[in-house]
Amino acid sequence: MTTATDIAEAQLKMPVRRDPGVERRLFHRTLKPLIGTPVNAVVTLVCLWVMWLGIKGAYGWLVTRAVTEGGAQACKVGQGACLPYYEAKLRFMVFGVYPYDEHWRVALAMLLFLGAIAITMVPRFWNKKLLVLWGVTIVTTAVLLWGGVFGLSYVPTTQWSGLPLSFLLSAVGLALGFPLGVVLALARSSKLPAIRVIAIVFIEVIRGVPLISILFMASVMLPLFMPSGVTVDKLLRAQIAIIIFAAAYIAEAVRGGLQAIPRGQHEAASAMGLHYWQSMRLIVLPQALKIAIPPLVNISIGFFQDTTLVTIIGLLDFLSTVRTAMTDPNWVGIAVLEGYVFAAVVFLVFSYGMGAYSRFLERRMRLGYD
Amino acid sequence: MQADSMSGTRLLYNLRFRAILYQVLAVGSIVLLGLYLFSNVSQKLAEQNIATGFGYLSREAGFVISQTMIDYKPTDTYGRAILAGIVNTIWVSAWSVVLASILGLVVGIARLSRNPLLALLAFLYVEALRNVPLLLYLFLWYALIVTGLPAVREAWEVLPHVFVSNSGLTVPSLNWTRAHTIIFAALVLGGVLAVFLRRHITAERIRTGKERTAWPLIAMALLIPPALAFLILQPEFTVSLPEKGRFRLTGGSQLTPEFTALLIGLALSASAGIAEIVRSGILSVRKGQWEASRALGLRDGLTMRLVVLPQALRVIIPPLTSSYLSLFKNSSLAIAIGYPDLVMVSNTTMNQTGQAIEGIAIFMLVYLGLSIAISLFMNWYNSRVALKER
Repeated sequence: MTTATDIAEAQLKMPVRRDPGVERRLFHRTLKPLIGTPVNAVVTLVCLWVMWLGIKGAYGWLVTRAVTEGGAQACKVGQGACLPYYEAKLRFMVFGVYPYDEHWRVALAMLLFLGAIAITMVPRFWNKKLLVLWGVTIVTTAVLLWGGVFGLSYVPTTQWSGLPLSFLLSAVGLALGFPLGVVLALARSSKLPAIRVIAIVFIEVIRGVPLISILFMASVMLPLFMPSGVTVDKLLRAQIAIIIFAAAYIAEAVRGGLQAIPRGQHEAASAMGLHYWQSMRLIVLPQALKIAIPPLVNISIGFFQDTTLVTIIGLLDFLSTVRTAMTDPNWVGIAVLEGYVFAAVVFLVFSYGMGAYSRFLERRMRLGYD
Repeated sequence: MQADSMSGTRLLYNLRFRAILYQVLAVGSIVLLGLYLFSNVSQKLAEQNIATGFGYLSREAGFVISQTMIDYKPTDTYGRAILAGIVNTIWVSAWSVVLASILGLVVGIARLSRNPLLALLAFLYVEALRNVPLLLYLFLWYALIVTGLPAVREAWEVLPHVFVSNSGLTVPSLNWTRAHTIIFAALVLGGVLAVFLRRHITAERIRTGKERTAWPLIAMALLIPPALAFLILQPEFTVSLPEKGRFRLTGGSQLTPEFTALLIGLALSASAGIAEIVRSGILSVRKGQWEASRALGLRDGLTMRLVVLPQALRVIIPPLTSSYLSLFKNSSLAIAIGYPDLVMVSNTTMNQTGQAIEGIAIFMLVYLGLSIAISLFMNWYNSRVALKER
């Protein structure tokens, strides 16, 4: 008969497991996943080969074969990246047809805007002072872009272009789409049938058609809907389309947040004697919006990329100025890859940054801060 | 007098009255807005002398569509031109969905690989595709095909009789006749029969508990209809091989650069999203499920098929639906590189007839209809795989 003491004694007699040693651990941690089985070894070799090809190609194009001096002719002959192209066209690609001597104004506005975004992203600064910061930023940016006061020359919206325009379209679209989206989400979860149906139809129609069709509607149909003699700025029309489109998607993200709030919260708010708007504003929305932040950031990333579609209705956004730079008679057909790679890197940096931020927020929320 | 105002105030604080009031106000303001816009539109159209109505659909279109899946010539009507555009949209979306699903599944599983190099490559693939706009990629692929590949005269023969040039990909094709269509239909019928038979046999096995060899019956159900059709019709199978002529390629069928760029662009960008969906779906199945099914004696393949995948699908299907839907809607970017899809054909039509409202209404309705059809189908499939609770 085995007793507990027998087992304990047997365990004492067992040889103490030897420390496998640093080398063995190194093998297990790093090499076993790579060459543990024959199949895995083959996969590793193939991966190494693909990476080698990629790095060799990129390094060759960007460094060893790059054309560093000369003009378009040197680039036409050369096989690598055309660096003189960036020198000649960088400012056009970024700022577009905004008056050349006034580029500092857009650059300053963009810096202010990105700085405000960076401050807003830090959770420690989430308080009422942010509203003041954004008020100041918006007014300053608008003054810088438009001009016409303080001795700045007036620049019409038709000359707003390039990267600033892309930022503007997506930022204003999201900023104004957000309140509209919240209202739509509340309407969709309302108890009043007529209001609910209106919200459902609006949201589902907008989400069921491509953005390009709404942009077409704004550029072709909206002028027909205006009373005679009233014309709407082309940029404003595209902006309205983007706001409406953003609102429908934001509404669905917010609705997800609203659905996650238990009914008890609504009931408790009613029991406290709060009416509908009070209970929404003070109790339900603060909780629902917090849950909806990660999907909202993802929507923002999507919209920053989707603003490129305004190219199709003829606005000069960033992608469009990059493409226009390529069609310069001096450079046509020479620097196609250079232009697209530049644009892709810019988009990649901003989108990946926002994505990383979204993952940070999700982790923070899981850990249950605030 | 006083009683009146009292009851008026009371009425205003009555919740049911308020509910009705709000709804009447909402509907009323929308109707008013609609009427206002409508009056503006009719005034504008009258001023600019633009015809209204859908009568133009039966008039001759008179423009060329560079590639169509159904017969279309410039003397056909606008209606038929738009139909050709719809078919083109569906054609490119369907192929992209197939490609994107396969690529997404492979990359999604690679993301979870224990091999760190493979996981890293899959990660780079996903991030590079997700963080750069689709439109940029479309322009890039199109530019690479048109400027990077040789002219038709120096077309590369990558495989025997498969040519790559800056006017697209030329592949051998079967001379397709009506008989082939019938045989294909018979094959589909056989497939449906086989599925039903298999389901019946499984149900029978569960009811009686007797194991019977089923595969010969199922194979017969699958093969007999097409074999019969083949024997009756006896079609010729001739293949049209592309040959390199002096100036152009003759024979075979051709995928244009526009189609190829759109297909690659849509499929790659959607595959990155699908990879992430597949990854999170597989991760959502707890490790205990694997261990439990191994303890029951199931092999790895069977575990995947009977235990893990059905549970992962539950998580995968809803986001997959929206990813298919956005692929379908993104196919409208075709207009940027000149593939004649629904939007591009409608745009040409609008430019020719000036009837912008009707043109946009048609293509919005078609997108809306097809989007609803796709989501209904996916919802039906989702309800089949969803968790069955009491």
